[in-house]
Parts: sequence; structure tokens; C-alpha cells
Amino acid sequence: MIAEVGHYALVLALALALIQSVVPLIGARARDGALMAVATPTALAQFAFVALSFVMLVSCYVGSDFSVRNVFENLHSAMPLIYKFTSTWGNHEGSMLLWVLILSLFGALVAVFAANIPDTLKATVLAVQAWIAATFYLFILTTSNPFLRLDPAPFEGRDLNPILQDLGLAIHPPLLYLGYVGFSISFSFAVAALIEGRIDAAWARRVRPWLLVAWMCLTAGISMGSYWAYYELGWGGWWFWDPVENASLMPWLVGTALLHSAVVMEKREALKIWNLLLAILTFSLSLIGTFLVRSGVLTSVHAFASDPLRGVFILAILVLFIGGGLGLFAWRAPLLRQGGLFAPVSREGALVLNNLFLTTACATVFVGTLYPLALEALTGEKISVGAPFFNTTFGPVFACLLVALPFGPLLSWKRGDLAGVAQRLAGAFLVALIGLAASFVLEGKPLLAPLGVGLALFVITGAVTDICERIGLLRTPLATVLRRAAGLPRSAWGTAFAHLGLGITLLGIVGETQWGAERIVSVKPGDKVAVRNYDVTFDRTFNRTGPNYTELAAAFTVRRHGEIVGVMEPSKRNFAARQMTTTESALMARGVSQLYLSLGEVNADGSVGIRLYYKPLVLLIWLGGVVMVLGGGLSLSDRRLRVGAPKPARAKAAVMVPAE
Amino acid sequence: MTRKQRRLAMIAGGLSVLAVAVLLVLFAMKDSIVFFNSPTDVVEKHIAPGARIRLGGLVAPGSLSRGEALSVRFEVTDGNHAIAVTYQGLLPDLFREGQGVVAEGTLDGAGVFKADNVLAKHDETYMPKEVADALKKQGHWKDEYESKKSGPVLP
Repeated sequence: MIAEVGHYALVLALALALIQSVVPLIGARARDGALMAVATPTALAQFAFVALSFVMLVSCYVGSDFSVRNVFENLHSAMPLIYKFTSTWGNHEGSMLLWVLILSLFGALVAVFAANIPDTLKATVLAVQAWIAATFYLFILTTSNPFLRLDPAPFEGRDLNPILQDLGLAIHPPLLYLGYVGFSISFSFAVAALIEGRIDAAWARRVRPWLLVAWMCLTAGISMGSYWAYYELGWGGWWFWDPVENASLMPWLVGTALLHSAVVMEKREALKIWNLLLAILTFSLSLIGTFLVRSGVLTSVHAFASDPLRGVFILAILVLFIGGGLGLFAWRAPLLRQGGLFAPVSREGALVLNNLFLTTACATVFVGTLYPLALEALTGEKISVGAPFFNTTFGPVFACLLVALPFGPLLSWKRGDLAGVAQRLAGAFLVALIGLAASFVLEGKPLLAPLGVGLALFVITGAVTDICERIGLLRTPLATVLRRAAGLPRSAWGTAFAHLGLGITLLGIVGETQWGAERIVSVKPGDKVAVRNYDVTFDRTFNRTGPNYTELAAAFTVRRHGEIVGVMEPSKRNFAARQMTTTESALMARGVSQLYLSLGEVNADGSVGIRLYYKPLVLLIWLGGVVMVLGGGLSLSDRRLRVGAPKPARAKAAVMVPAE
Repeated sequence: MTRKQRRLAMIAGGLSVLAVAVLLVLFAMKDSIVFFNSPTDVVEKHIAPGARIRLGGLVAPGSLSRGEALSVRFEVTDGNHAIAVTYQGLLPDLFREGQGVVAEGTLDGAGVFKADNVLAKHDETYMPKEVADALKKQGHWKDEYESKKSGPVLP
């Protein structure tokens, strides 16, 4: 029964989405309040039904109902409860259900919280949301139904891919999807603006909270995914330029650009058309990400199972929304009233420069990710594009962005004073130079490392300088400083924290990639391996049993200058149901640096192959991500987003009468 | 500056950044792209020693031997030709004789492939797509590879 209820609820959600995608739109065109008012209850009911459907699937998983094919393929009855729960989305069908759950959640949130936006805009936005929802419900019901039954029901399931049996699965996919799908709201707002033929500063303010939420979730999702790959895969790497990772990085880059350019629109009513284009592109890239991961075009950890029909269906969705969105843009955007122009040296100018670098960086990632697919389709030649490609293309572009970054927030609107800003950044320059020199003297060798440290410190102290300047630290009495700090808009704190986080991440990346040490050796009990200031002694191996696996663990004693600092126990887990072995690495944090130990082959003579890494500053990579998300949160709590947009005077409103 | 000049300056700035990016991409394309080859390709195309390639196929059963200091030697085959591969380091969990593998590295003068990276993916049913295609092309694809991939085996 449970599975059937879930299936039926999803069908009802599809029916509601179809109503919601047509009726409010007709209402908005005809200015009929009653028809437009249909959007809110349908959006809420749609969410209720998808939520019901999702809860039903979860209960099939938690209750180990192997008569459901999807559960049979991805669950083992001995799994701990938390993993039974997360298995729900540890497969293609379930993860698509999570995708539409989040989509309908955002639709419902817009219906509830977007109280002070014009009725026609709200109705159109919700209708566009329903178009997206309807196509995805259709996709799930026709090609990826998680509720199909098996008869007779098997006694035991085939277990979840062991690599996914980790707490990371509980956090990474939901966060990533919140980010991907969150960008659908700005897409819907952009399409609605194009349909309505009007866009103004208030539009940017209305979109901003949704953008911020999506951006925060995507940032956290990418950061979390990177840490998960780092500790789970056992290679000690945290970013592989894998197409699937790139698929999440591309919407992040363009979404970040949109976050910045929307500010220009809000403050100066400029870059209107550019904003619309970015909003469409951001969600398009999210859809491309979904396509790359879900269609089976790529094979990776993330590609659960491939079915050609699914690929074709997702490709059709892609063409429909990206083609449709860009087509609508090409048709309607020229009719919108142009925004103002501005001086190149100004805050606006700096934000445009930011957009230029971010979109160019995204374009290089796009080429590197899709070129192999295109080449194979055209010539049959198979190539792989790896880290060296991205280091030489993405690297320099992003480095330029980082050099320019500290200048941006210090420039004033309309007309900035570059010399004045450079003077105020003198402290940051100095800190960066000292850092550069110190790391050159202390660590030397790869010249890239001191330069990277200098750049990271420049970004970090630049963010601190920004705040100090605003609150007048060291220039005014302390009481005034505190009063100013309290009165400073939260968005200013948000900007500083987000930039600070980026600098911290960069520092971690430089430390890990340039100064890391690696030992790959074979050891026998009693052997000692040294890395940096640490000695690691192999003591013994022993067996352990988990709920659905057995593992062979090895105990190592870690000493620093001869003094014991702890024990590390990496292991090899063997999952019987899938006859699969995973490597569980052992991590030991020393400040923000880490020792990383993972096991290789265990030989008959008792010797073990090990990988031992010393990873300096590695934790800063993810700590920076946390600080960036914190910045997003501060910005989200800004008062101006709560009070809502000021009502523009009728005469001043940038109304464009559609040429009909 | 007039409106027109400002717009021109902005467009010129944008285009110059894009041009630099295009140059970087072309430069990187020349140097850092790695072609995938099956053992037959390696023999037929006369791949030059020292050129960086990816070699994919099945690990020939019985060919794996271990030496000193984590060095291993095995053969990668596609049924028609086999190439000897040497590698030093830890092999991935899913590396097994008779299963698909992709190795990245260069050929030495004697025709031995020196791998610096060996990939076997994260799933027991996984057959690297390149390897599957190469096997099909050589006519050595066996249905049993596919059957492992297909749906559940019912009780």
C-alpha cells in the first residue's frame, strides 16, 4: 500500500502542477484576480503531495520493504537506521524524487513569503515554477519511478554502494540540490520579467533572498562534497576536476556573478538585461549538471545507473528550458528599457569586472568539461581533460579576479578613486608582501606557493580593511567604532565574511597543494615511516565486524619528535552483499593541518602498503567554505531584504508596454 | 567619456579578457589533453614513446606480479594485443585480474607502458565506458560483462 500511496501522490502533484502552469498565467494576462489566486494553493498542495510521496518512499526504505524494486536494489536489512534513511536518495530514482521535493518546497516558499510582490508577477513566477515541476514529475513517472514493485518479493536487498554508506550522503546531496534547485527561483523571476516585459530595481531586491539561499546551500554542498571525497575515497585529494564536480562548480561561478550583478541593478538600475541572462544561465547550468550526472553520459561515483531513455528525456527537458529561456530572452530582452551606464572606475565597474572574470572562468570549465563529450560524438576520439588543463586556464583567470577583489568593496558608487583605495589597501599590500617573503624564506622552492600565500593574505586582510574602514577603527574613539559596527548593514558584514572565506580557502589550497608531503611505502609490523616532523609506527593488524561489513584495521602509533601524540587506525572494509572493498582512511588533525593515512594491499607476509600524507593547512579549505556560507547568512539577515522593496512611484516605474 | 565611448571601452575590456581565456584554452588543449587508446590502438597507431596516453582494457588473468617496494607489473589486453604495464604505488580497491582498468602514463622505448596513475572505478559492476567500447570494437565483448550490469538477479 505504502508504495502505491506514494506513486498516486506523485501523480496528483503532476496534475496540480499542470493546472498551476496554465491557469495563473491566463489570469495574469487577463488581470483576473481569481485565476491568479489559484497559484498559491496549488503550489502548497503540490508540495504537500510530493512531501507525502517522499515520506512514503522513506518509510519503504526504513521498513526494508524489499517488494519495492528500488529498495531491493539499494538496501540491506542489516544497515544502520541512518543509512537506511539516506539510502532513499542514494540512487537515481530516489535522488530525482528529492530533487522535485526541493523544487516544490521552493515553490511553496515563494507562495507563502512573497507577499509584497505584485500579483501578476507572483502568478507568473509560480506558473513558470510549475512548468519545471511538471516536466520533472513526468520524467520521474515515465522513466524513473521509485515505486515499482517486485513479485515475488526477495528476502534480502542488494545493499547500497558502500562508498555511499557514510554520513556525507545525509548532507551533501540535499545541500547541493537546495542550491541547484534554488536557482530555479531566479530563473522563474527572470522568465516572468521577460513575459511581463518589465524589470526594475525592486525585481533585483525580490530575487536577492532566494539567490542568497541557493548560493549558500550550493557553497556548503560543494564544500561538503569535497571533504567527503577527501576522506572517503582514500586518495587524499579534495578536488579532481571530475566532470561531475565541474557540473556543480559552473552554476556556482555564474550564480556568484549573478549575486554581484544583482546588487548593481538594485542600487543603480543598470545591467538589467545582463542580470536576466545570468539568471537564465545559472539555472541552465544547474540543469546541465543534472543532465551530465543523471543521463549516464558520464560514468563516475555519481552516475548510479544509466538508461538511454532517461538521457534522452533529460536532454529534451534541457533543450526545452535552456532553449526556451534563451529564446524568450532573445525575443523580449531588446524590448526592455535600457539601464544606465556608468564610469569604469567605480563600485559598479568593479562588479562588472567581477562578472567578467567569473563568467570567463566558468566558460573555461565549460569547455574543459564538455569538449571531450563533443569530440567523442563528432570524431569518436576519446580524450580526458584533467587537472593540468584547468590549472592553466581556470587558474590564471581566477587569480586575476582575486587580485582585483579587495579593491571592489572599497570603491564608492558612481565614481571611484582608485589611488585612494590603493592607499587604504597599503596595509593589506604590506601584510601580503611580508607573508610572501616569509613563506619564501621558510619553505622556498615552488615559487607559486609564496605568490599564492601573498594573494590569499591580500584577500583576507583586504576584507578586514574593508570593515575597519567602514567602522573607522583606529581613527575614531572606541565608542563611536562600536556604535558604527552595530549600525553597519548586515550585508556589509556579509560581503566581508564571504571574501574572507574565499581568502581562507585559497590559503588552504596553497598549503595543501604546494607543501604537502607524501609517502607511499610497504611496511611490516614495527616499521617506522617519517613524514615532516612526525613518525608513524605500524603496530599490528586486527579484525572488526560492523553491521553489514567486516573490516581489517591496522593500528599505527604517531609520534612527534619522539613523543606519542595519538593512534591512527585506517582499515579496509569488505561488504559481503556487493562483494566490494572500500578503503577507510584515518585522519588526525594537528591544528588546521592533517595527517592522512590509508591502507593499500595487505599481503600474506604481514606487510601492508600504506599511503601517508602530511597535509598542511588543509582544513582551511573547508573552513573557508563555512565562513563564506556565514557571510551569505549575514547578508540574508540584512534589514533591507525583510522590509521588502520600496514601492516605486507609478510614473517612475520602468514599465515597458509590450509591442503587441 | 561619452556614452558610446564608455560602451566601447567596456566591450573592448570584455573581449580582451575573453581573448586571453581563449588563448589559455588553446594552449592548454595542446599540452594537457590525454588520448585514450586500447592496446590495439597502441600497436596500430605506433604511439611514440614518451607521449602521454591513457591505456584501457582488461587486466590479463595471471599476468599480475609484484616486485620490490610496491612495484607491480601486469598486462592490459583487449583480446588482440596485450601491453605490459609497470606501476609503482598502491592499486585501487577494485583492481582485479580479468576486470577493466584504465592506466595513465607513457610508453618507454621497449614498448612497456609506465603508468603513474591506475584507475579502476568505484563499483563492482563498473566497466569503464572507454574499455567497454574498445572491447566491442575488437569483437571481444562478452555478454557476461553486460549481464553483471543489468537488473537484479531475482531469487
